[in-house]
Amino acid sequence: MKKIMSGNEAFAYGAYLAGIKIGAAYPGTPSTEIIDNFSKYPGVYAEWSTNEKVAFDVGAGAAYAGGRALVAMKHVGMNVAAEALFYTSYTGMKGGLVVINADDPGMHSSQNEQDNRHYARFAKVPMLEPSDSEEAKESVKVALEISETFDTPVVVRTTTRLSHSLSLVEMEDPVADEAPAEPVAYERNASKYVMVPAYARPRHPVIEERLKKLAEFAETTPLNRIEPGDDQIGVITSGVVYQYAREVFPNATFLKLGMVYPLPNGLIRELAGRVKQVVVIEELDPFIEEHVRLLGIQTRGKDVFPNIGEFSPGRIRRCAQEAGLIPGPDQPTAAVTMPQLPGRPPMLCPGCGHRGLFYALQRLNVAAFGDIGCYTLGAAPPLNAMHTCGCMGASIGVVQGVDRVGVKDRTVAVIGDSTFFHAGVAPLISLKYNNSTSTVIVVDNRVTAMTGHQDNPGTGKTLQGADTPVIKIDELARGIGFKKVDVVNPYEFRTVVDTIKDHVQSKEPSLILAQYPCVLNIRERKPALVVDVEKCNECGNCIRIGCSPITKVEGGVSINAELCIGCGFCATICSQGAIGPQNKEGGTDQ
Amino acid sequence: MKKKIDFLFAGVGGQGTILVSNILAEVGRRCGYDVKKSEVHGMSQRGGAVESHVRWGEKVYAPVVEEGGADFLLAFEMLEAARWPHYLAPGAIAIINRHRVMPPSVNLGKEKYPEEKEIEAILTGAGGQVSWVEGAAKALELGNLALAGVVLLGALSARLDEPVEVWVQAVGDLVPAKFKDLNVKAFQAGREMTVPNN
Ligand SMILES: Cc1ncc(C[n+]2csc(CCOP(=O)(O)OP(=O)(O)O)c2C)c(N)n1
Repeated sequence: MKKIMSGNEAFAYGAYLAGIKIGAAYPGTPSTEIIDNFSKYPGVYAEWSTNEKVAFDVGAGAAYAGGRALVAMKHVGMNVAAEALFYTSYTGMKGGLVVINADDPGMHSSQNEQDNRHYARFAKVPMLEPSDSEEAKESVKVALEISETFDTPVVVRTTTRLSHSLSLVEMEDPVADEAPAEPVAYERNASKYVMVPAYARPRHPVIEERLKKLAEFAETTPLNRIEPGDDQIGVITSGVVYQYAREVFPNATFLKLGMVYPLPNGLIRELAGRVKQVVVIEELDPFIEEHVRLLGIQTRGKDVFPNIGEFSPGRIRRCAQEAGLIPGPDQPTAAVTMPQLPGRPPMLCPGCGHRGLFYALQRLNVAAFGDIGCYTLGAAPPLNAMHTCGCMGASIGVVQGVDRVGVKDRTVAVIGDSTFFHAGVAPLISLKYNNSTSTVIVVDNRVTAMTGHQDNPGTGKTLQGADTPVIKIDELARGIGFKKVDVVNPYEFRTVVDTIKDHVQSKEPSLILAQYPCVLNIRERKPALVVDVEKCNECGNCIRIGCSPITKVEGGVSINAELCIGCGFCATICSQGAIGPQNKEGGTDQ
Repeated sequence: MKKKIDFLFAGVGGQGTILVSNILAEVGRRCGYDVKKSEVHGMSQRGGAVESHVRWGEKVYAPVVEEGGADFLLAFEMLEAARWPHYLAPGAIAIINRHRVMPPSVNLGKEKYPEEKEIEAILTGAGGQVSWVEGAAKALELGNLALAGVVLLGALSARLDEPVEVWVQAVGDLVPAKFKDLNVKAFQAGREMTVPNN
């Protein structure tokens, strides 16, 4: 029986089939659904850790204790977890440790498009790269085997297009759930697991030896295979790009790599020997291409296929045609002229509490140093109220740096609740410790919204639905020693404005917790509001809050009743009292 | 069985393109096709433009439709339909929900929402045929705007040879149980609205 599964569902299914029992992750598009799906299988423990480094350490500990563990993260999460990747490479582990890393070529939901294949070489660990959902399922099983055979963490690399594509997956008999074994004593082995210099030094040659053995394995594993074709072009490729290349080069000979580090020199040479022209097709960096060149083999690669952005069959075809690798279209197709159309960027949802906070910041003309989440949309027009966004947790250190230089503007850091738990606590302590006077605003919508509403330490629920005490951000700040802490409802415009003014001028570090639950999460909906055109003087306040139901029309504004959820914020900031609930006669009730 | 059929979905984040394209992929699987589907979630879901690709075929490699390859465009929103002329295969059919969601620049009065005629011209100019469907109106009549996508799916089904029972089954199996009857009704309504003469 076959089922349609996304790449991420298939990874979770593969982990379950492989007998992995412990899963840890921090959400991040496009990796989030892996642990989310894994958590629903029987007999497993799965958690949202506060960040990727913690998740990786949890996985490492589980594997140290002889368990089988899965850790998942988006590509930039690997930057956060990199320390753990490097130490586990040296220590190895008793059980298997599989790390799924999701890159995002094209930056569908990310701040950069780094190519994390480099991490495999950097940390000297093997990396697999499946190309559809069936292979995704299998890759976790193979990764676990490699991990346990070679005493190494194994990274499985996916990309957005694989994680979020669906294809057919063969269903397998559910694994027999072994009765929980009695706990065994923890195996103590300082020279393998205590990475002080004296013990780490002798580990390095072990790692180099391991790499050699893995390179031999790469030659024989069925993950890497030559698919015979004609002798003109030999394509080397991996991942979902393999699927695109298959469409563009239907008759070529292929070296399809399911393992991208270490690379199989023998197979590469064999392919080169079979064809007139080797062509490496890979998204982002010339990772495989440079290796092929080092072997002394001439190849086409980044001279044909760019190192920027996501590929598609069409893009590969156009590049290959331009380079003369394949013939051009039989008859030049009449170029379709692309129409000039209004764009449709993502926006804060109607009823989003973040809007209230950003509107206040905009009106006060505060310079806001930001962070990553739905609230980053506060940077978009017409709010234009956030001025930096780099990586998770950056806001608090950045505002401190700005304040140390000193600027004319009033300044704040703005950070989401989940982001705060991820990477905001240490900088908050640093702020206090260093006697800084900066203001931190935590925009707390009581959930990790951007990535699809995952629980976090502030929600009172774990990934697997257990109750857990809410960790209160205001209390945490007070515990650190913050004296000036206020909790506001971002929709109470006057209070928010006054609180921000008060905080930014104070001579001590301060924290404002702007709390309003995400409306998509609680699905609260009140009747739509209406505009009394008689009262409207077209001041533009309501247009400036950037709420999608509100449209400028001849002589005023109108509110789309299908989209409006009746939060009432526009009514609060309307200078004329022209917006309100619909009364029986069809006018407003104010 | 056709060698391949490629479908492209266009809409606005939150309109339910993912569920409806999942149903379409499942119909293909149940009819014996190899199927692949692709979409991007994340940032764009917050009211931005969204797309989904569904491919049926004997053997499907890429999970995305190639430019010039889409046999059907299912647009949940009018402006979103107009973004895809370059994806239409010759003679492709664009099934469009007669429904407007204003983008921010139009709300701010900075840009104009295109006329229905302009949208039609963009797609026919690229060799497509346009079929307007009163999906939103029908959905509201049934009590929930979110049903519009399933109305469109019904309209699509009338243009394909796969047996109606398979469609209805798949709709019933993939939507939340308590909305099953309503969704089947919406599907049937869309199917009946469509005269598959072209
Ligand atoms: C290192 C890293 N991990 C994960 C992500 C993905 N990510 C972006 S925003 C975000 C969470 C945002 O949640 P929150 O701070 O609560 O803000 P909200 O979206 O709810 O407004 C996550 C997990 C990332 N960009 N970088």
